[in-house]
Amino acid sequence: MYKRVLQVLVLVAAGSLVFGCAKRTKEEASSTEQGLTPEELAAQTQGTAESQGLEGGAVNEGMGTDLTGAVGTDRIIYFDYDSSEVREEFRPIIEAAVSHLAANPGAVVSLEGHTDERGSREYNLALGERRAQAVQRQMVLLGASGTQIRTMSYGEERPRDPGHDEAAYGQNRRVEVAY
Amino acid sequence: MQPQRTAMSLLLCALALLLGTTPPLRAQEEISIDITQGADNPLPIAVVPFRSPGPLPEDVAAVISADLRRSGRFDTMTTDRMPGQPAALQEIDFPAWKSLGTENMVVGTVTPSANGYNVEFTLVDVFKGQKLYAYRGSTSAANLRYTAHQIADIVYEQLTGEKGAFATRIAYVTVRGSGAGRKVYTLQVSDSDGYNPRTLLESPAEIFSPAWSPDGRQIAYASLEGRTSAVYVQDIATGQRRAVAKGQGINSAPDFSPDGTKLALRRSVDGNPEIYVLYLDSGLFQRLTNDPAIDTEPTWSPDGQRIAFTSDRAGGPQIYEVSLFNPTPKRITFNLGPYNARPRYSADGKHLAVVNGGSGGYRIGVLNLRDGGFRVLSDSSQAESPSFAPNGTMLLYSTAGGGGTELAAVSVDGRVRQRIDLPGGAQVREPAWGPFRR
Repeated sequence: MYKRVLQVLVLVAAGSLVFGCAKRTKEEASSTEQGLTPEELAAQTQGTAESQGLEGGAVNEGMGTDLTGAVGTDRIIYFDYDSSEVREEFRPIIEAAVSHLAANPGAVVSLEGHTDERGSREYNLALGERRAQAVQRQMVLLGASGTQIRTMSYGEERPRDPGHDEAAYGQNRRVEVAY
Repeated sequence: MQPQRTAMSLLLCALALLLGTTPPLRAQEEISIDITQGADNPLPIAVVPFRSPGPLPEDVAAVISADLRRSGRFDTMTTDRMPGQPAALQEIDFPAWKSLGTENMVVGTVTPSANGYNVEFTLVDVFKGQKLYAYRGSTSAANLRYTAHQIADIVYEQLTGEKGAFATRIAYVTVRGSGAGRKVYTLQVSDSDGYNPRTLLESPAEIFSPAWSPDGRQIAYASLEGRTSAVYVQDIATGQRRAVAKGQGINSAPDFSPDGTKLALRRSVDGNPEIYVLYLDSGLFQRLTNDPAIDTEPTWSPDGQRIAFTSDRAGGPQIYEVSLFNPTPKRITFNLGPYNARPRYSADGKHLAVVNGGSGGYRIGVLNLRDGGFRVLSDSSQAESPSFAPNGTMLLYSTAGGGGTELAAVSVDGRVRQRIDLPGGAQVREPAWGPFRR
């Protein structure tokens, strides 16, 4: 488990250099020109991302929370506001799920989509569904069989964090992968 | 319920409303309604306690008075200021009432009969000293409170020219508890003033989007039971329900057609959320949208010709309209910001209530479909689920309050505001105002 976290952290640091969304790329370009180390770069990216409302920080927080006792789920993938784009740093979670299904032909993986509380309930139900389907698509692209994947959405109804600030919202925009 | 306790509670309730404080609890689930803003020049009216030979199960005059006051359009006189308690036109001491500034008054009697009660009332124009309207009828003991609401509707219509909506019901969802696996949801129906709440469904699973049938006999809703979401239609009187849309994908957001024969809803059976029409007789589905975007929250226009819905095919949620016979969706929200969802038509079909979002939060606004004019009506940062009263004058919606979500109401002209609290820590959401009762 901890080795996995370390692997992800390294992936995040490396990934933040190469992958990620357009906003991050712009900031990184200016930072690397100043000659920062990968660690400093990751830290700076995280800080900027938080102030702009993205959840660079939430990746690590999420993994930490996950390890210390998320009930009934093995993996959590977080999303940007009003987005169902699966960020590259969650690829290991998806790969692990695909491997699990390949090794266990009778097994089923459940993908539960969630949103933060803002906006209409029904639209959020649909948004959570779209997030779960986005993860499903990624798994199928990696070779998983659709018959072994279930998708579901709870919209804004089951938040991980009952708070009403950006940090809480970041925790709630997620897909939980259960198997 | 003991008549005396009811009368005392009602008196306290009315007094508390007049003093602007929260009424005391009468029962676990009682709703309290506080007027937070009234109309500029409310009409002064006195509803004199109806004369009766003995105690009644309902204080009819108090119910009428509370209804009129709750509309925000009337300034109702308290009984302690009344210079007498006449029960008929000829008993009224007009000079005494005129001197208090009362413009209108209601007097009446309730007398026991073989099957319940005989009710008589007269609406009087105090300045002219003449009757405006007189009524005589009979009702059962169980329907006495409903009769009082009907009288309030008559008075309201006589004096404002608009149809009243006091003798109606509302449905809403409550949530108690918190944390995974410990929440309890209920679907409730109550009188429009919150009295007589009845639980139609109690479930650990989320209940969404209650919608009334036009005859007021059924409620459709979505429920996330098990690992799927299904749409149910439940008979209010018997409690019997049937699943009308279930199976693969999420089924939700039901809305009855004005003729009651069809249900608009959203299903994702074909891969992503799309709008369908379910013909209730045959059980056949007609698909209305075909787009990889999210299409949800359909609602019927009052003439039954069009369906408005939320779609993010343009990038973010906006409102579109489609007709059953010309299924090319037409966008109708423009220049109203990045987020418009959850449409509901007014009774005359000329306005659309929407949840309008932006950097300032989410609020309820009303769009004029003819000229594109838009007015924000809610006064909080998190408002959702607007529902028009059947007379089109008030909007009920849910809003984030101190202890979670609560209901609020606002008049369509924005002048009258109410907050509706459910004591006991339950959160209240997804209100749906029922139709006129037949």
